[in-house]
Amino acid sequence: MNPTVRKWLFLAVLVVAVIIPQLITNKYYMNILIMSGIWAIVTLALNLILGYTGQAQLAHGAFFGIGAYAAALTMLKLNLNFWLALPFGAAVAGFFGLIIGLPALRTKGSYFAIGTMCFNIIVTLIIDRWEGLTNGSRGLMGIPGFAPIPLPWVGEITFKTQAAQFYLVLFFLLLTIFILRRTIQSLVGRSFRAIRGNEELAEALGIPSTKTKLLSLIISCALAGMGGVLYASYIGFLSPDQTDFRLGFNFLIYILIGGIGTMIGPIIGTLLIVTLPDALQVAADYRMFIYGIILVFMIIYMPRGIMGALQDLSNRKRS
Amino acid sequence: MVIFFQQVLNGIMLGAVYSLFALGLTIIYGILKIPNFAHGALYMWAGFTSLFLVINFHTNYWVSLLIGMAVLGLVGVGIERVVFRPLREQPHINSFIGAVGLIFVLESLSLIVWGPDFRRFPPLYDQTFNIFGVTITLERLLVIVAAILFIILLQLFIKRTWMGATIEAVAQNPEGAQLVGISIDRVSSLTFGIGIALAAAAATLIAPVFLVYSTMGDMPNLKAFVIIIVGGLGSIPGAVIGGFMLGLIEALGGGYISTDYKDIFAFGILVTFLTIRPTGLFGKGVR
Repeated sequence: MNPTVRKWLFLAVLVVAVIIPQLITNKYYMNILIMSGIWAIVTLALNLILGYTGQAQLAHGAFFGIGAYAAALTMLKLNLNFWLALPFGAAVAGFFGLIIGLPALRTKGSYFAIGTMCFNIIVTLIIDRWEGLTNGSRGLMGIPGFAPIPLPWVGEITFKTQAAQFYLVLFFLLLTIFILRRTIQSLVGRSFRAIRGNEELAEALGIPSTKTKLLSLIISCALAGMGGVLYASYIGFLSPDQTDFRLGFNFLIYILIGGIGTMIGPIIGTLLIVTLPDALQVAADYRMFIYGIILVFMIIYMPRGIMGALQDLSNRKRS
Repeated sequence: MVIFFQQVLNGIMLGAVYSLFALGLTIIYGILKIPNFAHGALYMWAGFTSLFLVINFHTNYWVSLLIGMAVLGLVGVGIERVVFRPLREQPHINSFIGAVGLIFVLESLSLIVWGPDFRRFPPLYDQTFNIFGVTITLERLLVIVAAILFIILLQLFIKRTWMGATIEAVAQNPEGAQLVGISIDRVSSLTFGIGIALAAAAATLIAPVFLVYSTMGDMPNLKAFVIIIVGGLGSIPGAVIGGFMLGLIEALGGGYISTDYKDIFAFGILVTFLTIRPTGLFGKGVR
């Protein structure tokens, strides 16, 4: 796809996204769309460390949950405004990324994957057992929603309607895409991809591999934490389930279905997997069963996901 | 002091089962280089299979254990052939995703076939022994003895038989093994079958002590990963030592420190361990 076509396509999708809340009035469908927006942010964040830097980080559920809990607790206990809690939650998640990255990035391959997964389990267990702070398995209730933005002279922008909430999430999704694009296209982003391609070679070229991986991890975790804060304020309830490592698996699956290491792939994957089961109206018992079979099938026959398959198609046409 | 020995005994029983489970995982990793995340789901199916045989056909417990091992071993061979063999040439993470897909299939299928209830094995033996004040049921004693027997049998199979030697050869050097005429495909099938059969044995052995339910494999699965990482991926002595270590630490930690945080010990050990020695006790580094 050449850049102009891509630009127009992006604009077209954006226009559709802006119009959508005016067309869909069904609350249930709007809810699914808002949720997919939030999941897409977290999935894109995971794609930075997984897809672009090549490190199988399996603790994304923890970072999502840490951001969510950090913001929710400061909002509930310290009455912090949502717009201050959001960067705070992201910063805490990023900080944990640093703390965990320092030891975990000493390991490679499967060791790294399972090591991070175990870290995630520890986080979930601690949040579940530390009743004094987190209210344990009963969860945190009544988390304040998106705070209005005061505007001089005009009044304020409120986020009471679903359409407004949708636009808010859309804004943060675009912000995430913007941040990730700028990162990936920068020199740092090139060193991420160099490490994915061949770590020894990248080191030989003078790229400090641990530092670079750590930077990628921190950005990824902070964005995941931001997604967590959006989730907490949108839903208004948090429990240890929202930090579970299986949550991280979901993001991983969205990425793989959509196309790993691409910018659009994770978004398509998220939209597809989040909306499809509802569209198909499959019984819950059989849903996971069918889902599992699709997953196994895809990973064998379309390992680069939908975007990869599309690329192969267009390459074949050209040649 | 009696409580201490009681806990040690519990730890040994847990450790024996953990070792058996982790052994399967580690030999599969050694050959196929895949973290078989679906190990716990297959373990759960083994528990249900033996329970089904014992309750519906009144099969002898030990016979049903062997049948469960055989059935799940064959399932393992099938899964290797259908799912993991096509993924062998692809990046690591893809096999992992394939395994996660398998968990979804196996766990939802178990809810459909066996239902969501917690099930209990009929009691097998009710004798208890009393050694210097420490009591142990015959059931638990047999778990320990049988698990250790299986560990020894596996060791003998790998070290003393021709077929077992091919497994070790492929684990050490796949290219070299192929050069001398060993079929990687065949060894992969065999390893997967044995690995899953060992998990099946572990499930049936522990099932009468605990319960049988659709997520019974989740925690052992995660802990087995901790064990094989601490022991070194692909290392057999590492899995056995790691398994007993974890069993003892959990039993003593649960008894003396806090039962609430019992499950955290395993994962905490792993994270501290990885910071000190990134490739495990017996690990040889990562390719």
